[in-house]
Amino acid sequence: MERALVLAASAIGIGLAMIAGLGPGIGEGYAVGQACAAIGRQPEAQGKIQSTMILGCAIAETTGIYSLVVSLILLFANPLVNLL
Amino acid sequence: MNVAINGPKILFTLPIFGGINITESVRNSWLVLIIVTCLCYWLTKDLSVHNPGKKQIVAEKLVLFVKGLVDSNMGSQWAHMIPFVGTILTFSFLSSVMSVAGLRSPTADFSVTAAMALVTFFFIEFYHLKSKGLLGFFTRLTEPVIVMTPMNIVGEFATPLSLALRHFGNIASGTVITALVYGALAGLSQFILGWIPNTFIANIPIMQIGIPAVLSVYFDLFSSGIQAYIFCMLTMANIAGAVE
Repeated sequence: MERALVLAASAIGIGLAMIAGLGPGIGEGYAVGQACAAIGRQPEAQGKIQSTMILGCAIAETTGIYSLVVSLILLFANPLVNLL
Repeated sequence: MNVAINGPKILFTLPIFGGINITESVRNSWLVLIIVTCLCYWLTKDLSVHNPGKKQIVAEKLVLFVKGLVDSNMGSQWAHMIPFVGTILTFSFLSSVMSVAGLRSPTADFSVTAAMALVTFFFIEFYHLKSKGLLGFFTRLTEPVIVMTPMNIVGEFATPLSLALRHFGNIASGTVITALVYGALAGLSQFILGWIPNTFIANIPIMQIGIPAVLSVYFDLFSSGIQAYIFCMLTMANIAGAVE
């Protein structure tokens, strides 16, 4: 019974953790949109803008990846079950 | 229908230091090392200045690509970092792209990306030490005010952690999503053809033909390339940022 409760709560927790994917999605979309506008204004600076954008996107993605790691831990190596 | 998502399997255990587990990741990274070695040998065989062959042009393009990355992101005084950045780039890309051949990517294992990030971490600390001296190495943690010291220490360790987690998360999520979609498609083809009494026709994986290839192009080729590139960019930015 307790185990089932913990597993259900973990499943809900996994779903909740992945809501964090929202933030990087919005942030990266905004960054890419701005990069497109910048390339439109200055097509000759495309290479520089692109590499800076990819770097920025990678950093913005970090929070999303953290939430992914949290949910992966809950899915495959759930530490809460072992506490019972 | 069962969807199996597990970590790298342990192939055998070396009976030294209390047993070292040789997992799939270890074997596949050895495979990457062998591929890189053979590729280096094959590409750099009979080089010539006056009449370069096709292989030599490919090799020069690769070297110039890494050189261009280091020059534009770190500056030309960092030419000695070109081999390191090239190694990270090649190893990371080939490891991730390995899943195209159906092997488990070593970079989908946190230990491998953590090892790569650890090397970067030691480089960062080494260049902090080299540029600031022993005293400056420790006083930089108390800047701008002494209250910030715990935050700075956490930040120091967060750099390699986020590097490793980013690479691991991207590749591992690709593996997990591919496995899930594959399982779902198997269920779907069972649903479409399962009512036919002939067992041969009922077991044709009709939905699994072609559709996983689209995912594979994104997760295996595109994502691997981008992650290798990002890992190198952040490595270079962090190492160059240590000397200021």
